[in-house]
Amino acid sequence: MSLFSKFIAKVRGTNDFSAADWHELEEELLLSDLGPTLTKTVLEQARKIKSENANEALSHILTSTLSSKDRSMLLGETTTVIMVVGVNGTGKTTSVAKLAANIKKSGKSVVMAAGDTFRAAAVEQLQTWGSQIGVEVVAGKTNGDPASVAFDATKRAKELNSDFLIIDTAGRLHNKNDLMAELEKVKRVVEKVFPINETLLVIDATTGQNGLQQAKIFTEAVQTTGIILTKLDGSARGGVALAIENEVDIPIKWIGTGESVNDFAPFEPTNYIQGLLS
Amino acid sequence: MFESLSSRFTSAFSSLRSRGKLSNADIENTCAEIRQALLESDVALSVVENFVAQIREQSLAVLPTLQSGSNQGQAIFNIVNAALIEILGGSARRIRFAKNPPTVIMLAGLQGAGKTTLAGKLAKFYADQGNTPLLVASDLQRPNAVTQLQIVGESIGVPVFAPEPGNGVGDPVKVAKSGIDFAKSKLYNMVIVDTAGRLGIDDDLMKQAISIRDAVNPDEILFVVDAMIGQDAVRTSQAFLDGVGFDGVVLTKLDGDARGGAALSIASITKRPIMFASTGEKIGDFDIFYPDRMASRILGMGDVATLAEQAKKAFDGESSAKLEAKFASGEDFTLEDFLEQLQAMSKMGSMSKILGMLPGAGAMKKQIENFDESEIVRTKAIVQSMTPTERRDPKVLNGSRRARIALGSGRKVSDVNNLVDRFSAAQKMMKQVRNGAMPAGMGAMGLPTMPKGPAKAVVHKKKSKSGNPAKRAIEDGQ
Ligand SMILES: Nc1nc2c(ncn2[C@@H]2O[C@H](COP(=O)(O)OP(=O)(O)O)[C@@H](O)[C@H]2O)c(=O)[nH]1
Ligand SMILES: [Mg+2]
Repeated sequence: MSLFSKFIAKVRGTNDFSAADWHELEEELLLSDLGPTLTKTVLEQARKIKSENANEALSHILTSTLSSKDRSMLLGETTTVIMVVGVNGTGKTTSVAKLAANIKKSGKSVVMAAGDTFRAAAVEQLQTWGSQIGVEVVAGKTNGDPASVAFDATKRAKELNSDFLIIDTAGRLHNKNDLMAELEKVKRVVEKVFPINETLLVIDATTGQNGLQQAKIFTEAVQTTGIILTKLDGSARGGVALAIENEVDIPIKWIGTGESVNDFAPFEPTNYIQGLLS
Repeated sequence: MFESLSSRFTSAFSSLRSRGKLSNADIENTCAEIRQALLESDVALSVVENFVAQIREQSLAVLPTLQSGSNQGQAIFNIVNAALIEILGGSARRIRFAKNPPTVIMLAGLQGAGKTTLAGKLAKFYADQGNTPLLVASDLQRPNAVTQLQIVGESIGVPVFAPEPGNGVGDPVKVAKSGIDFAKSKLYNMVIVDTAGRLGIDDDLMKQAISIRDAVNPDEILFVVDAMIGQDAVRTSQAFLDGVGFDGVVLTKLDGDARGGAALSIASITKRPIMFASTGEKIGDFDIFYPDRMASRILGMGDVATLAEQAKKAFDGESSAKLEAKFASGEDFTLEDFLEQLQAMSKMGSMSKILGMLPGAGAMKKQIENFDESEIVRTKAIVQSMTPTERRDPKVLNGSRRARIALGSGRKVSDVNNLVDRFSAAQKMMKQVRNGAMPAGMGAMGLPTMPKGPAKAVVHKKKSKSGNPAKRAIEDGQ
């Protein structure tokens, strides 16, 4: 019997959950990167539940640890502006392209801004995606000012009356103050034209507890509104994103499950959580 | 609240160190603290349990043999420190050069680990030592990975072998193979093969990595891994070890604030040495990995050795010799010296990075995070607005001079006052140091006790499954 079904049976009262089972549950949660604090919270609540409807009971504990914020996309009045941020190599550029393709498929117009002017060939990387998915990319010079690229892209989106603008940004470690200040500047400059409706933080599912620091500091700097959890096609479970929901109250909105443009989907909390314990 | 391994260890040990006699309950408490700290720092669960068990056993064995009155807390501290160093690799190993050049280094790792950047850093590191590396672009998967390597190569003056455009076009095995032939014909003595990122559980791509390996017959396969990785470090490093295999590990993004965890897990599980540390986005942000320094860093003692080395690099020989002579002769440290140091310090990198390496950095974490880098620029501007006489003798700084300096540097008079006050305080402290009073926290670390050997990790036997909920459901249904 899988741990999940054992747990359901326990909740139903049809089976006992042995000390070893509790240990296994703790281990599973820790191995999924929920971290020691959230693991303890979940275990405490799990020990208490007894209910006829086990599925509901389980969703109850888990949803009570999650953010209660809406997971749907926050829309703007005219052009919806989405800025994608995160530490190096998490999958920002890929996610920008995936999100753009997703939006385009739904029949809306979209422009992408190549705001990573720092990493070698990052602009070309987004341009390659752009021509693959048929979405216009606004780019400036490598080593140029990312804020000015973002500003040009915002003007372009306005001119085209585009439904969406998605801004890619350079990867930055959250403990580098100068780079965080640069990101704040990008935001300020864009917001002279349009408010930024969504600031999505890309978290790599392999990330451990450092993801919490990333979420806190990026949120302080640029008011993160959602998370894209990438690389869930690997063996990592991405549990730190749940810890982020719990502690920083930012909802996971999208998941990335591969390197091609269609490996992308809205986040489904119930499925995800059952997957953790299966 | 997330606390770094270093600051937790610091608090766990400061309570141990301050008391003379330890009970078994003290040891249990310390073990519980260490367990929690290691988990929060992403050390893999299996490694944590083994490590803690080893520490408990050794501590219990050592305590009765110690005379009462000797510092038992210090003894446990030494046990932990030695066990950490042991797991982290004992001693650093360098690249093994091939008897018949070229020496071939192949990089492997997950997507986004930092392989391409690292390829450039390695090439520069060895080129600076007189080698003639060739970079081979075998990541034909990620859009524009080839272009990225070409740009990196150009910026460091290292040639890049890139016959295929990438973006899904071309055979990475063929490129790697012909890269070696090319290097041989052109007498390059080193080849660094960049490969696409791949998942540990992606069998097809792992087979491709094996084919590249077999085609180039590398002298070293380096597993490149992000220092921020969590519990998956176990599954992934094991999958790469069982798949393509590797001889050494490179930790990247160590300039972040995730410290220690992954290093401990991977070294302990794979028994492969961590050889290099990648510590920033610039080509020079790279160093060989020092297990003892990493252990100190984990234990909150700071990475003084690295700091000293970076300082040596940044301060040119002449000016530091001058400063040393001055110091020894009892001459005063002036604002002119200070300016020189500020300039050298900006060469060393960000102030928060420098401060992070100091002893006790764990406890100062908040202040370090909040350190305002532009403060240095402002300070420099103030000192630069002073005349040489003023720099040598701040006592001449009367009100009107201070007002002029404030105007010249675009700061307020109170900023100038502040700087002068702080400088005088620092000057006084330097005098004290010279007179033999060591600053707190720099005492000798005491005698090392030898642990029995590295903690053996029990590798989690469960089959790795995909984190993708849909895929997991299918796998579970089978
Ligand atoms: N397996 C997998 N790889 C991904 C995913 N998202 C991005 N990647 C890969 O991760 C690497 C880094 O992605 P990139 O978008 O360049 O990251 P950035 O530096 O944050 O912009 C690339 O090799 C991508 O193909 C995902 O969901 N799954
Ligand atoms: Mg990018």
